[in-house]
Amino acid sequence: MSKMTLVTEGDKHIVVTRHFDAPPEGLYRAHTEPELIRKWMLGPEGWTMPVCISEAHPGGKIRYEWSNGKGAGFHLTGEYLELEPYSRIVHVERMHLPEPTPDNHVETRFDPDGAGTLMTMRMTLPDAETRAHMLATGMEHGMEASYVRLEGLL
Amino acid sequence: MPNLNAAFSALSDPTRRAILARLATGEATVLELAAPFAITQPAISRHLKVLEGAGLIVRRIDGTRRPCRLAKGGIEAIYQWLATLRDALSRNYDRLDEVLAAMNREKERNGHE
Repeated sequence: MSKMTLVTEGDKHIVVTRHFDAPPEGLYRAHTEPELIRKWMLGPEGWTMPVCISEAHPGGKIRYEWSNGKGAGFHLTGEYLELEPYSRIVHVERMHLPEPTPDNHVETRFDPDGAGTLMTMRMTLPDAETRAHMLATGMEHGMEASYVRLEGLL
Repeated sequence: MPNLNAAFSALSDPTRRAILARLATGEATVLELAAPFAITQPAISRHLKVLEGAGLIVRRIDGTRRPCRLAKGGIEAIYQWLATLRDALSRNYDRLDEVLAAMNREKERNGHE
């Protein structure tokens, strides 16, 4: 059973939603506290996050470094813009592959949903080309695609 | 096999997505494809060239007509790629379920002390 959806919206947005059987406070902490982030934000099996910096205050730094244990790795940097415990996080991020990718502006919301939480992550890319490139390379920890509807295609 | 960068780049344009949606219902000529759009035939031809270059459509020669249809391999490659990414993201969130469950157990343990 899949609880996750991912759709493109307009030319520049990607929206991910997923339900969790946990309160918004847990989701918010798991997205902002380094010791929790590095337990799950890992992408494919076998990857770890040896460096996880998350300064959860406006202007605070984000730096995630991933490694596959066999010499391959990449990292992401970003900054927090707005934090509303335990309902909303706004940050910008970019991948380093090693050239930095254009900024991805991300708003993550945690709304009560029954006994749990509905997470809605809305990414805004600078333009349609950047979004296309992001989907093609699967950057951002291989996150970008589930039900990409391709707006009416098939 | 299409280049995924070219394929996604081709998909980033709404007119090209509409053309693909039309072709999903069957083969069509440039004239037929241009009909629903307020743009010229040469403009449609340019879009078709991009889609063809990205491996998303193929064209055949039929006398003076050059009808287009979806390139099955190209479309399938995109869906396969998206499925792979989707799995990676799903695994992240499945792990997050575990992290949240562990946080909850800890909370209950502390609450009972």
